[in-house]
Amino acid sequence: MAPNDMSAKITSNSIDDAFKIPQLECGAMADTNTFAAAPEHNEPLGFPGELIDNWQEVAIAKMGELAEKNRAFQVYLDACVKCGACTDKCHYFLGTSDPKNMPVARQDLLRSVYRRYYTFAGKYFPWLVGARDLTREVLDEWYTYYHQCSQCRRCSVACPYGIDTAEISMAAREILDTVGMGQKYCNEIITKLKKTGNNLGLNPKALRATLEDLEEDLEDETGIAVKLPLDVKGADILLITPSADFFAEPHIDGLLGYAKVFHAAGVSWTISSYASEAANFGMFIGSYENMREVSWRIRQAAKDLGVKRIVFGECGHAWRVGYSFLNTLAGPFDFLDQNYPIPQHIMEFTSDAIDDGILKIDKSRNDEFVMTYHDSCNVARGSAMGRKEGGQFDLPRKVLQAVCNHFHDMEQDTIRENTFCCGGGGGLLTDDLMDLRIKGAKPRMTALQQVTKDHGVTHMAAICAICKTQFSKVMPKYGYEMDDIMSVHQLVANAVILDGQETEEDDAPQAAATEEK
Amino acid sequence: MLSTLYAVLFYVATVVMIVGTGMKVFKYARTPAPLKIPVSPAPRTKRGVWFRMFKEVAFFQSLFKSNKWIWIFAVLFHAGMLLVLLRHFRYFTQPVWWWVELIQPIGVYASFAMLIGVGGLLIRRIVVPRIRYISDPSDYLMLILFLGITITGMGMKFVMPVDILAVKQFFLGLMRFQIHQLPADPAILIHLGLVAFLMIIFPISKLMHAPGVFFAPSRTQVDNAREFRHLSAWANQLPPLPEGIPEEGEG
Repeated sequence: MAPNDMSAKITSNSIDDAFKIPQLECGAMADTNTFAAAPEHNEPLGFPGELIDNWQEVAIAKMGELAEKNRAFQVYLDACVKCGACTDKCHYFLGTSDPKNMPVARQDLLRSVYRRYYTFAGKYFPWLVGARDLTREVLDEWYTYYHQCSQCRRCSVACPYGIDTAEISMAAREILDTVGMGQKYCNEIITKLKKTGNNLGLNPKALRATLEDLEEDLEDETGIAVKLPLDVKGADILLITPSADFFAEPHIDGLLGYAKVFHAAGVSWTISSYASEAANFGMFIGSYENMREVSWRIRQAAKDLGVKRIVFGECGHAWRVGYSFLNTLAGPFDFLDQNYPIPQHIMEFTSDAIDDGILKIDKSRNDEFVMTYHDSCNVARGSAMGRKEGGQFDLPRKVLQAVCNHFHDMEQDTIRENTFCCGGGGGLLTDDLMDLRIKGAKPRMTALQQVTKDHGVTHMAAICAICKTQFSKVMPKYGYEMDDIMSVHQLVANAVILDGQETEEDDAPQAAATEEK
Repeated sequence: MLSTLYAVLFYVATVVMIVGTGMKVFKYARTPAPLKIPVSPAPRTKRGVWFRMFKEVAFFQSLFKSNKWIWIFAVLFHAGMLLVLLRHFRYFTQPVWWWVELIQPIGVYASFAMLIGVGGLLIRRIVVPRIRYISDPSDYLMLILFLGITITGMGMKFVMPVDILAVKQFFLGLMRFQIHQLPADPAILIHLGLVAFLMIIFPISKLMHAPGVFFAPSRTQVDNAREFRHLSAWANQLPPLPEGIPEEGEG
């Protein structure tokens, strides 16, 4: 969509304030439930197939076990003073008005039960501290509202004690899984990954065919044989990227971008069919064991292929697991080249390539786009990049501005560490939660509409597979086109000119000349 | 009789607060953090974390960014209380330490800051629907408790002075395990009773946020997961996963 159309469409009075605090509507989202997992999706993860008879006893015991095993969980349940600083920070609260979507209220769903069974005040004076028994209604309420949290950590930034609702949410989901109340979307995907190596269930043959098709596309476009290698032993770099990069838009265009950058940098690289997934849904369900098992595949693939480095593609939660947890879960990576970060983000790779002057770039090839950048929540608040604090904000912007002429940031309170979640993170990117996803995207969409109005921004770039899928679905609800969300490396791909590549500028005069004849 | 009762009360309160809080803190410290979860952007060095925590504890940095009203009231309350507490050292030292003398004039007025702070927080809790929604009876009572302590304290300073020298004798005596006469003035009895109650509930209430803030992994961890492998003891005990790639995986 051209900038002018958009500015005309969005007048000042039609844009809401991104931070407008809604009137509380109790129970507004009480009936929004994500589909429950079938036994065949719970059992492969080590959980009971369906709700067990002694669920109450097991859930309470599990809660105690988690408090013993996880300092964050224990301290966060104790330390909250109910100051209310987080109450207006959650995009799901801002979008749905349901008070149980306020971070502290969401925590309290579990804290109230923890107090009842594990604290002095809750045991003897439950009415005083809001402690309550674990009943079936409470369990169902957990299922409902802990699946309306995308674990984006925006509330944690606001909290004077750093209390992270994501930790409580993950613990709650693990308790639910332990009693047999898993969520279909997450558990089905983890089951698929354990079978095929990726969330989509793509087998190696299908993956190879897809990559070959993409190689043809690239050759058609550039006239150069840019490779997308699969299972190449002895390659230098193992690329771990979300499987959405193999089939979804605009993800694929990002993958083509990585391929061009690797090609231009002259490095040998490969994708692994065994570890053909960056995303680790084990994190969403708070299961250390499942997260470890999924991560373990990356280690095995790296060893088997004999690579020297691991590079992650554009994927938000994957990068949190990659950056913050991979060394813990599947390390030590002493068999890799220690001169490079383990793992490294594609943005770090591209940024270095730009600094080293390896990439030939024609920024004008992105002139049709007026860009802004959406910081993906888990990259922003759960990981880092580069050597400096805040590199996860600066590197993507630097790369974007190296390949685009037109770039404008959204309002400061909605970007960098204050960024809003896209509305689909943390295991909620499923059609049965579409209503929640549309409402949860509202704060981000409002900030976007503002820069569209102020600066004529036409497109938004992101570096997370979930963000990209979510936005391509929900942006049309807010007056944008589904392809107004782009991969950062899609813009890189547009602007990079490979050695020997035929460019349109070269073609154009010839073509014009031919036509005249 | 009354003096003995208050003497016992303060001994019990002191033991409960120190031992109870100590046990909780020990438990926090002993509980492992299985993963690196600093909320980023986070410091890459230990020194950086100290600086981050100093800004949090001394200036309530995150609260300042997230809610100015709560921040103003919280700062007035906490800073006011800190000065008032420091001023109270004059009742436990003989001769009074020089720096306690020095802050004496500020300490007196700090009680007004404390009053405005507690009052502001209580009013917000009642009038802001979001905060009212998340409040339990204990949340109101805690503020009322502080309000009671502040008002009785200020009453004795500004309205109806008590025989403060006798009160000081009582506490100096307690510190030497001697029981001196405590003036039977309602203001001091209520004031001290509420303080003792506060000390007793400290380890079992949300007042644990004070030590808790130093144990929140989201703020206290160093962001260096790629450089140093972080592994908790229980995670290290998990059964090893199989090495190598199973045949069918290769297709």
